[in-house]
Amino acid sequence: MQFMLILTETSRDHARRNDPAQAGEYWGGWSAFIAAMAQAGIVVNGDGLQGPHTATTLRVRDGKRVVEDGPFADTKEQLAGYFIVEAPDLDTALDWAAKAPSALTAAVEVRPVLPPMPATGQ
Amino acid sequence: MTGQTGLQNARRAAELAARASYGRLLSVLAARDRDIAAAEDALSEALLAALRTWPETGVPLNPEGWLVTAARNRRKNEARAQAVRRAAEPALILQFDTTAAEGPIGDDRLQLMLVCAHPAIDRAARAPLILQTVLGLDAATIARAFLVEPATMSQRLVRAKARIRDAGLRFAIPAPDEMPERLGAVLDAIYAAFGQGWDNLDTPDAPEALTGEALWLARLVADLMPQEPEPKGLLALMLYCNARRQARRDADGRFVPLDRQDTRLWDRSRIIEAEGLLTTAARAGRFGRYQCEAAIQSVHVQRPLTGQLNLAALRTLYDLLVSQSDSIGARISRAVVLAELGEVDQARNELDALPMDRVRNHAPWWVAKSRIATLSRQANAATDALSVAISLTGDSAVRRFLIEQREALEAG
Repeated sequence: MQFMLILTETSRDHARRNDPAQAGEYWGGWSAFIAAMAQAGIVVNGDGLQGPHTATTLRVRDGKRVVEDGPFADTKEQLAGYFIVEAPDLDTALDWAAKAPSALTAAVEVRPVLPPMPATGQ
Repeated sequence: MTGQTGLQNARRAAELAARASYGRLLSVLAARDRDIAAAEDALSEALLAALRTWPETGVPLNPEGWLVTAARNRRKNEARAQAVRRAAEPALILQFDTTAAEGPIGDDRLQLMLVCAHPAIDRAARAPLILQTVLGLDAATIARAFLVEPATMSQRLVRAKARIRDAGLRFAIPAPDEMPERLGAVLDAIYAAFGQGWDNLDTPDAPEALTGEALWLARLVADLMPQEPEPKGLLALMLYCNARRQARRDADGRFVPLDRQDTRLWDRSRIIEAEGLLTTAARAGRFGRYQCEAAIQSVHVQRPLTGQLNLAALRTLYDLLVSQSDSIGARISRAVVLAELGEVDQARNELDALPMDRVRNHAPWWVAKSRIATLSRQANAATDALSVAISLTGDSAVRRFLIEQREALEAG
């Protein structure tokens, strides 16, 4: 079955991306994690995301588009990236989630992906 | 051979199979796709089918195998219907293939217990879920054992089963380093099953149906985890209690309280085994709730040897127990020990400090209340509390005992 690893990150960890003194270690940690998953052949799809300051949120209200900048979840942990992985069970997916660098400081949410919708017209 | 006898034999065989192997059959059925609720439905339909079929065909040689095959066929048909509806892959049908099902039924009960104790399951649902899946207790009985409302318990169980089905938990024995975390819920469930068998469910024609099952499970866990002291503690605790089985009712079926039991009726071999387990467990140097409760039983067992109950030792152990597991039962027992030691006011305060919504319908609380009132010479309060306890007691022998106690109080 497929699981989505929803990776969150603290703003402090996020800042390490562009800190010359820490960027190497930061990206090294993620590269190692991603390489290990690729090696195991479990990754279906996945990406890191640009920081929350680049986010744009859209709502349609009364037929009008309302566009605002930024994510609206005012939390300490922000969405940093995601992976869709193929794993036999939750426990295996959790084992991988535990290896994500951000699991130490923020959190990884693990959710089964809904199976494909039934064929239409039946 | 139809007719009344055939019908009765068939019903009896189906009931026996259901009672004795419910958890084993369910674990076999649910392990394939993790859908406990669907496996329960299929198993109960198979039991109904057995009641219909067996009176005509006779009881099969391997009733359990028959039930598992019937339940699997039911799920296979269901899956086939679904597969046709959804035009899904044939793998769904293969999953319920029954061609290999004729051999002996395996035992996945430990696996099923450990899945129910998975950290991804709501903590409050873990032990109840084990009771329902492995021992087949209904939600109302489980709710009583855990002192919560039946509706709350049903909801909790339904949610937990949906999670096991949808979240993709692994049906397997976890790695050794994950074991201790899951052990707590497993032991709690086994002890709750033992308590239910002891208080309510074991009947004269099947005196150890549920308590025997609980002992078996505790032995299994203790054997599988020799490094862990708590399974030994639990097994010891249950053996101490079971050793007194013959003594807890008199010849007329009347309830005999611990301090008036004929100790010659206690089963020495079980007591010796329990003492040995407790000593071995202590060597690990990790004292826990079940070792503590077993140690309390050990103090009671010493009484016939020393001629008196060591209340001071009991108090120390109950203090420890309350710090280990802050359960309602531990606090009630501790209050009674305090009262027996002469600290009546403190005992009453501790009893009254317990959450009323949880103890209001809990007979032991009212019995303790009555005992403390008696010790402080408040005869009316003692009688009133005992009356409430009587109204809450389902066991007719215990009821009779409490009624006699009330009569003695009223006589002064």
